[in-house]
Amino acid sequence: MAERILDVQNLKIDFHTYAGEVKAIRDVSFHLDRGETLAIVGESGSGKSVTTKSLMGLLANNAKVKGGRVMFHGDDILQYSEKKMQTIRGKDIAMIFQDPMTSLDPTMKIGRQIAEPLMKHKHVDKKKALEQAVEMLRLVGIVNPEERVNDYPHQFSGGQRQRIVIAIALICYPEILIADEPTTALDVTIQAQILDLMKELQQKIETSIIFITHDLGVVAGMADRVAVMYAGEILEYGTVDEIFYNPQHPYTWGLLNSMPTLDSKHLESIPGTPPDLLDPPKGDPFAPRNPYAMKIDTEKKAPFFKVSETHYASTWLLAPGAPKVTPPAEIQRRQKIYAKLKSGELSRTDVANLAE
Amino acid sequence: MAEEKLNLTPQDFEPVSKNEKGDDEKIAAPSLTFLQDAWLRLKKNKGAVVSLFIIIIMLVVAFGSSFFITNAQLVKSAPQYANLPAKIPGIDINGLNGKLKMGGAWVDAYAQNNVPANKYFILGTDYLGRSLAQRIIYGTKISLIVAIVATFFDLAIGVSYGIVSGWKGGRVDNVMQRIIEVISSVPNLVIVVLMLLVFKPGMTSIILALAISSWTTMARMIRAETLSLKTQEYVLAARTLGESPSKIAWKHLVPNLSSIIIIQTMYTIPSAIFFEAFLSFIGIGISAPQTSLGVLLNDGQKNFQFLPYQMWYPAIVLCVLMICFNLLGDGLRDAFDPKTRR
Amino acid sequence: MRKYLLKRVFYMILTLFLVATITFFLMKLMPGTPFTNQQKMSAAQIAVVNKQYGLDKPIWQQYLSYMLNAAHGDFGTSFQFSNQSVSYLISSRIGASAQLGIQAIIFGVVLGIIVGSFAAINRNTWIDTLCTVLSIIGKSVPNFVLAVLLQYYIALKLNWLPVAGWNGFNYTILPTIALGVGPLAETARFVRTGMVDVLNSDYIELARAKGMSRFGIVYHHALRNSLTPLVTLIGPYTVALMTGSMVIENIFSIPGIGEQFVKSITTNDYPTIMGVTMLFSAGLVLVILLTDIVYGFIDPRIRLAGNEG
Repeated sequence: MAERILDVQNLKIDFHTYAGEVKAIRDVSFHLDRGETLAIVGESGSGKSVTTKSLMGLLANNAKVKGGRVMFHGDDILQYSEKKMQTIRGKDIAMIFQDPMTSLDPTMKIGRQIAEPLMKHKHVDKKKALEQAVEMLRLVGIVNPEERVNDYPHQFSGGQRQRIVIAIALICYPEILIADEPTTALDVTIQAQILDLMKELQQKIETSIIFITHDLGVVAGMADRVAVMYAGEILEYGTVDEIFYNPQHPYTWGLLNSMPTLDSKHLESIPGTPPDLLDPPKGDPFAPRNPYAMKIDTEKKAPFFKVSETHYASTWLLAPGAPKVTPPAEIQRRQKIYAKLKSGELSRTDVANLAE
Repeated sequence: MAEEKLNLTPQDFEPVSKNEKGDDEKIAAPSLTFLQDAWLRLKKNKGAVVSLFIIIIMLVVAFGSSFFITNAQLVKSAPQYANLPAKIPGIDINGLNGKLKMGGAWVDAYAQNNVPANKYFILGTDYLGRSLAQRIIYGTKISLIVAIVATFFDLAIGVSYGIVSGWKGGRVDNVMQRIIEVISSVPNLVIVVLMLLVFKPGMTSIILALAISSWTTMARMIRAETLSLKTQEYVLAARTLGESPSKIAWKHLVPNLSSIIIIQTMYTIPSAIFFEAFLSFIGIGISAPQTSLGVLLNDGQKNFQFLPYQMWYPAIVLCVLMICFNLLGDGLRDAFDPKTRR
Repeated sequence: MRKYLLKRVFYMILTLFLVATITFFLMKLMPGTPFTNQQKMSAAQIAVVNKQYGLDKPIWQQYLSYMLNAAHGDFGTSFQFSNQSVSYLISSRIGASAQLGIQAIIFGVVLGIIVGSFAAINRNTWIDTLCTVLSIIGKSVPNFVLAVLLQYYIALKLNWLPVAGWNGFNYTILPTIALGVGPLAETARFVRTGMVDVLNSDYIELARAKGMSRFGIVYHHALRNSLTPLVTLIGPYTVALMTGSMVIENIFSIPGIGEQFVKSITTNDYPTIMGVTMLFSAGLVLVILLTDIVYGFIDPRIRLAGNEG
């Protein structure tokens, strides 16, 4: 089994607002192995960004960690002081933000911005740091890096800026890279380039990635494992194949069902809206929108039922004695592919081709 | 997993119908309109609430006094009561009990001047023996009238100019902006002074001068906001639906501009109060026999060495008024734009 | 960039031309001449003086010669101090006003930046509250009230500094403070808001994600970004200083332009009023142009896009 470098256990985070305590993260657990990519998928407001910000110690002032642990190299980094967190941030855990247009300092040359973490963490002098920044720029695919280190952010396009942000994140060769919707703000053609770059760099730099997105389409090519988040809770997690071709939770069904495919005639959607986290439902948070909801769903949250060694889902449909339901046609189609994958009839590459 | 402990019965697996699931659209927090939300936030700001309260009291006292204090009454001098310090019944603190510091010792000025024992001036008198309290209340009223009327003009000119300029865009906007540029590169002090020289100094000319010189800021802000509102989808929608420009302005622009207008107004009033006081203080604004806070400060300053209270009291009223308007303005700004303060 | 500058200079001259014209005709609209009210003079005497000052010619001729002279920096002779040209009056007094203004702005801006950033870094603590309260008070207390109070308590009562006059640095301290408190308060408020905004921005979050220390973030990222817009306040400050100088110079008996201006207003000394008006307008127009240019140099985003502005 691969080395487990990050282990999040029972994380609970509240936000204090005028209206009351918003329970943004309610008992979230997941882990990250060395070299793998974990995708956290969920709608906006499901708490995925908050979760990762807590890993970095970058929570907003009105957020409070109410419980849980974040184990990194055997230490609970939630207990670290701000000073101590500063030695981890940017060095061991780095982050890429959503909007490259606003995440670079407009008044500082980009070379300096890339070099800063080196100067801070590795105590490299400015000249050497800038040389490494040039190398990093070359690595992320900026043409003419020797000259461009002296440019300001506004002289770059959105895609180039995201490359620069990636360069900043990777300059110290971090063990964990958190990418918070790194492609959402970009054009579709640029998105693919950035994703390819991230995959390529992950090999070169040997980092683990936590990839946050609301876009399942992006996940398929990127991630090794997927966790599906909804209303501050994780509902299902497993390998990419398991989530994509053998999903168990009705929410995951809904998500996959609403993904457009080549032959979908109209777009499916999940009716309703996520619950208000000021007063979260006591049972399965998805129950009010779940066409398969059962009485117990509204009363009690299901535990994680094991589907395979790597695949767990929190739905009462997996409980012993639960009725068998027929998932939507699209899911049935996917489950057939899964069966073929299992039996070896289809290979991984065939599936990848199918997806495209 | 601890499946044995679950103890599930077949009933647990009954499907639930839509209405049993409860209303998933239910929102736990009460829904608030923009104004309610802003009001709630404003109420949390103690400084702004206290300021609002003080301003209301000052307005009520200043304008309510119209029934009791007239200018004719104020002009009448009473030399026998000249330069008396404050004397408040039941208070025995030096400076507020009719005693005045003269050459290092506290002297009862009332006794010295043979003022009847039952005569009280709670803020003392000026050099002509007129009640300072009455004069301050009346002066505050004049200052407030000047400021409020000037601000009203400023608002009317600035808002309509800004909306037209921003909405029309293109060449009209260009020309209108050049005009503003020219006007605002003349120091407004110069405009005010020239206006006051041409017209007879007095309330009307100060109001006019202030209105003419200060609307450009408002116009600029309104124009900038109108420009950005113009491209908003709902305004675009209204235009595609063929609503008339004036209807769009009233139904869509003005409500969305209201926060800027209110905030800017709250900042214009104190600056108008300041300008009036300033002009009267240097002697080119309101002048005797009329009274305003600036006139009182000017009078008080002459005797400040010997009778400091004559300047202190109007100064305090002026400063409190300015502070309150500024605090209220800040409070409103934060209430309308929650991002600025977290 | 050159085209832009030329355009701006053209507008500058146009503005000044308009100001001069309007000023001139407003002055002509005014009831009587400065000599009308002088009871000692007979009608014949008044006619003589009017002729001497060229007040008997038709208005358009007066206007023409006025504008021609003004273009050369000649605003005629003061009515109040006969035989003194307005240009001489102004140039002999501009030094004191300029020194006072520059001192006040340095005092206000430097202290304001310190107070404002201090408040922003410690926002929502008692330090922030204290700075905010102080800057509200500084903004609200009129400078002439402050001047009178300073003069009385610091100079007269405590005898720490000279009461009035203009005889060396000691004499400048109180007027500088009185004049500079407004810009100080304004700067502090501006810097605080700007810095709070900047500190909430994405690039500051990225800087935090890099593991930068609080000081490093403020020093390397926040300060420059929140101070750049401060340049735009220089224009309004100039206006405030001009206004302020009128009272402050009066209260402290400083031989400056502001004091002269008040005197000429109260004595209907038109040539001087017009001269000072033109000086103030020219000063402001120039300052606005300079700030725009300076702003372009400081902010890299504008530096290259300068032509579009």
